Amino acid sequence: MSLREKVFEFFKKKETVLSGGGAKAVEKQISMGKLTARDRITKLLDPGSFHEYDMFVEHKCKDFGMENKQLPGDGVITGTGTISGYPVCIYAQDFTVAGGSLGYMHARKITKIMDHAMKLGVPIIGINDSGGARIQEGVNSLAGYGEIFYRNTLASGVIPQISVILGPCAGGAVYSPALTDFVFVVDKISKMFITGPEVIKTVLGEEISMEELGGAKIQCEISGNAHFFTESEEECFQQIKKLVTYIPWNNRKKADPFPPKPPKFQYDIEKIIPESPREPYDIRDVIRAVSDDSDFFEIYERWASNLVIGFSRIRGETVGIVANQPYVLAGVLDVDSSDKAARFIRFCDAFNIPLITFVDLPGYLPGVDQEYAGVIRHGAKVLYAYSEAVVPKITIILRKAYGGGYIAMCSRHLGADFVFAWPTAEIAVMGPEGAANIIFKKEIETSTNSEETRKAKVKEYTDKFANPYIAAANGYVDAIIPPRETRDYLIHALSVASRKVEERPSKKHGIPPF
Amino acid sequence: MNEEFKELYIEGCTYKTKLTRKFGLRKIKPEVEDPKIVRAFIPGLIKSVYVKEGDGVKRGDKLLVLEAMKMENQILSGTKGVVKKVHTQPGKVVVKGELLLEIE
Repeated sequence: MSLREKVFEFFKKKETVLSGGGAKAVEKQISMGKLTARDRITKLLDPGSFHEYDMFVEHKCKDFGMENKQLPGDGVITGTGTISGYPVCIYAQDFTVAGGSLGYMHARKITKIMDHAMKLGVPIIGINDSGGARIQEGVNSLAGYGEIFYRNTLASGVIPQISVILGPCAGGAVYSPALTDFVFVVDKISKMFITGPEVIKTVLGEEISMEELGGAKIQCEISGNAHFFTESEEECFQQIKKLVTYIPWNNRKKADPFPPKPPKFQYDIEKIIPESPREPYDIRDVIRAVSDDSDFFEIYERWASNLVIGFSRIRGETVGIVANQPYVLAGVLDVDSSDKAARFIRFCDAFNIPLITFVDLPGYLPGVDQEYAGVIRHGAKVLYAYSEAVVPKITIILRKAYGGGYIAMCSRHLGADFVFAWPTAEIAVMGPEGAANIIFKKEIETSTNSEETRKAKVKEYTDKFANPYIAAANGYVDAIIPPRETRDYLIHALSVASRKVEERPSKKHGIPPF
Repeated sequence: MNEEFKELYIEGCTYKTKLTRKFGLRKIKPEVEDPKIVRAFIPGLIKSVYVKEGDGVKRGDKLLVLEAMKMENQILSGTKGVVKKVHTQPGKVVVKGELLLEIE
């Protein structure tokens, strides 16, 4: 064969692979409202930046008639490319090829691109759209999953890992996303569960739809398995593109700085907080009031929204924000919000992102369900994560900082580098009402007018303890600051702490309460 | 987060705030099991019933067999007493939580 013929033959082979599972399967994929795997990669990455590897990989299964079946690319597309110029490794399961089922070679392609990402020190993005294990391949398919989980774990805290669920992701397959840092889902397209509706019906006699069991809304509001809820694949890709700009390529780098921008005028920090500590407000307005361009990239917007986490920039530098949200459940800590905060704190610490904590909480959520669900064990995760973190830690106490909540929200005692309090801060062992009822129990009960006495005692306690001055007198608060100067203090603290090095005794790893 | 502000009571103080869907779904009081009332803990098939009304039983006595998920589950009495009423019979398919037997 001449060179020309050989090149022609190659192009023909390539075309077969590029057509995926064939016109009919592609049509079906599109009729389900989904993009094809290849389109997804092209839409997510910078135009023309995608380079595919392992296009001609084939499965080796010789059972159940599989020996006669050709599966282009073995149902997964892998390669490298860029997002806004940032390099990434990527893979996308192709549902049009044998339902995106995971066989051993399919898994080998994934683990190979993951190894590549580790060596290059760049983020890995996995697009999941698969019916699950390729049954014909038996235990080899399970081996494939296990080898992916192993690599997810080794890569954790070394390179950012992003999972995108754009179709079914069921059974063992769910555990790769669960091990990664950020999970994106799309309404009506993503479905995640361990046991599907059919199994639940046979075993428990309970009927439930796929959407109600493991759809995007459930994963984002109830289970907390997914971080980002989006309405369309298009919106999902936009969100991923934005996320990538906030985080570094790997744990040896810092996130790239952006040109600094002032916050927008509409967020007047002194007008956000109501006078009464019992009235709600949206903590995100405070975050926006101190962030560059008033831009706040929220993570887990719908889950455990009594605590807010996300990324902002302050004078161009990425910061991780953790804040109580008085708007929802009065901003209490509970099982879910503790989980949410702890994991995010560890992400920021692993990837050299300074932490800013805004405090305004009445304490922990009371309830039998909370105690039974292990609020002790989950709450301990927050203490662990903050104490463990060695990135710059800056805390601002806005209003209530009561009891265990005060300690947990990155207090001086857990190693905060800077603790600032607004004059409205109330740093106390508990709220004035509760405290007065306990301390002055006898006086209130024996008084001729107990309601009057109770009110007087609450006021006495409020005047004496519901302020930042006692904590400041003990040096637990570094400075009491006017709200309007919050951003200036943050900028200063971040620049002073920019070369912070904190050495800890070496160990294999800690044993966090998870 | 479009719902109205509600009141939430925490340590002597009532806060105005929004509630979440999951908060609404929580179980306020856990179910306490009463050993005198025997319910199906899993849907399945009643294979046999060993007792009838008026029988005296003591803790650990066999009451019935409930087959579920290919397992024959022996249901034993959790208390001492007399069988007040049997609500099921062998061959019956039962749903989760269905009342099977009462002891007094």
